[in-house]
Amino acid sequence: MLPPTIPFQQVRGDLWRPLAGFSKRYSLILALLSAVALWGLIAWGYQIRVGIGVAGIRRPVFWGFYLVDFVFWIGISHAGTLISAILRLTDADWRKPVTRAAEAITTFALMIGGLFPLIHLGRVWLFYWLFPYPNSRLLWPNFRSPLMWDVTAISTYLTGSLIFLYLPMIPDVAQLAEHAKGWRLRLYKLMALGWTGSDREWHALERAMKLMAGIILAVAVSVHSVVAWDFAMAIAPMWHSTIFAPYFVVGAIFSGLAGLIVALNIIRKTMHLEAYLTPHHFGNLAKLLLLMSLLWLYFTFAEHLTVWYGNEPKEMNVFGARVRGRFSPEFWGMVIVNFVIPFILLGIRKLRSITTATIASVGILIGMWLERYLIIIPTLSLPRLAAASGRYSPSWVEISITVATFAAMAALYMVFSKLFPIVSVWEFEPHEEEQE
Amino acid sequence: MSEQKHSWGMAIDLDRCTGCQACVAACHSENNLSVSDAESAAKGRAVHWIRVDRYYEGEFPDVRVKYRPVLCQQCDEAPCEPVCPVYATYHNDEGLNVQVYNRCVGTRYCGNNCPYSVRFFNWFDPVWAEPLPLQHNPDVSIREGGVMEKCTFCIQRINRAKDEARTDGRALKDGDVQTACVQSCPAEAMVFGDLNDPESRVSQMAKSGRATQLLGELGTKPKVFYLERAK
Repeated sequence: MLPPTIPFQQVRGDLWRPLAGFSKRYSLILALLSAVALWGLIAWGYQIRVGIGVAGIRRPVFWGFYLVDFVFWIGISHAGTLISAILRLTDADWRKPVTRAAEAITTFALMIGGLFPLIHLGRVWLFYWLFPYPNSRLLWPNFRSPLMWDVTAISTYLTGSLIFLYLPMIPDVAQLAEHAKGWRLRLYKLMALGWTGSDREWHALERAMKLMAGIILAVAVSVHSVVAWDFAMAIAPMWHSTIFAPYFVVGAIFSGLAGLIVALNIIRKTMHLEAYLTPHHFGNLAKLLLLMSLLWLYFTFAEHLTVWYGNEPKEMNVFGARVRGRFSPEFWGMVIVNFVIPFILLGIRKLRSITTATIASVGILIGMWLERYLIIIPTLSLPRLAAASGRYSPSWVEISITVATFAAMAALYMVFSKLFPIVSVWEFEPHEEEQE
Repeated sequence: MSEQKHSWGMAIDLDRCTGCQACVAACHSENNLSVSDAESAAKGRAVHWIRVDRYYEGEFPDVRVKYRPVLCQQCDEAPCEPVCPVYATYHNDEGLNVQVYNRCVGTRYCGNNCPYSVRFFNWFDPVWAEPLPLQHNPDVSIREGGVMEKCTFCIQRINRAKDEARTDGRALKDGDVQTACVQSCPAEAMVFGDLNDPESRVSQMAKSGRATQLLGELGTKPKVFYLERAK
């Protein structure tokens, strides 16, 4: 049974507790994750030194795991911003304990996702040629290229989501600064920007947060539309689709929500925040997840139905490979984990719980990774001229880097949660429905 | 920019092509293409700016093989061009789809967006077994690892022919420029020339009733014309 209200002192104590000290388990897991992430860095270094040919990509499959990972992580980044922005704008009170966790996912997922366009470059040491700056080549980048739109969109999004994460943290770090010592004091003081908690400051913060929520919503939608256009602008079979932009945005929010639910469950268990992240929150998130699952199914169905009905031979090649050919295990696996399982676990009220929501979410994360794989690989394997078709399988370098990014994400998240309260302290107030 | 002076194009008579691959070998030595070993070839890493696609018709044993040499079609509406973020591939004023190796950062987007799959990537720095480096063509640059490359319509030969014509004080005439593949075709199935010159052989062939364009329905406006008997 939950207490009728949690006194503020206790809220602060509970939410600050994870910041102090390192348990043996924490250090061990962090060390392990860092080692895996480091291994990924080594693999990348090896690839830069020897040549990108150490990856499994090959003509005609010029894009492989790296682009799948890129779209996947940019998708995960929609967890936070979009969800927390919508919930902020609609004044949904139940959002309060989940927003910071979501916004942190956004920032870290973007940092990781933004690395993949670099990892996949043939000559990564020249990546800055994609930035518009006066240079000795007297050449601006080509703004007609969707890849340039990517550079623009992702850097805008990263900047925006950093601000969006940072703003609501100001009152919390100011409080922390009053109680901290040493380097923590210096860090919190610096980040608090001299916050005193005056009425004027609260008003300014409130206005800034509302404004950023509106801006970030537009930016988030545009970012994943641009990512979709990397594919939709190309005339390759089953890429050149008008619905790709909204399809990708829906997929991104879908996978982002799943990522958020998994992260929240881990936070809840490891930091003992059962009183703060309640079945009520998970229930609401699970309902959102179910809605996104249905939307995703609708888009997937619409996309495949039109291709099948149109019956254009080159498109049907790819369609066939996906639905009944060599990619069909991945395809039907994706449908099962993205729709069938969530529909059963979350659609039936009796089955809906924190555990089932987490199980469904893990499945969806796998399913959404597969979705991007199924969009990229079959199309490239089956180009218009049949004589040029080819098969792709990843090398150990691509697999290492992919695994390493998951470890890096977890490690960054662990470090973040040691530095700042993962649940916003000043925003927290128990929801009425929890006070049963 | 004034009116386009030349518009280089090619015609390939498929009814003459024997599939001998002399064009492939000639292209390799003219353009300093790397030579792949069996392992990387099996991996799909071999580089052939021109390749001979084989299509089989009928059931064994009554099989007919059709050959089609496929090279960069030098499209006038090239899908590879707008997608390059650094202008490594662009359209020059003679209608060529040129690749500037030194600008390429290796996003490989152009390769994905080429419906003909005629763009090739240097997965590693190229290596040649001795004594092959001794036969490198000094007019063609060596491409480093991480950049895209493709058929250039032997732009070095075009430039040399223009230089020679200028030195002689005359206009370029049909037949002055021959690409390596055209020159080496024993069946004389391939013809290269200026499509802006209505009298050139390639223009005549492009106007022939047998002329088709590969995937022309995509609107890429390819400048390679395939001649084949109507079915």
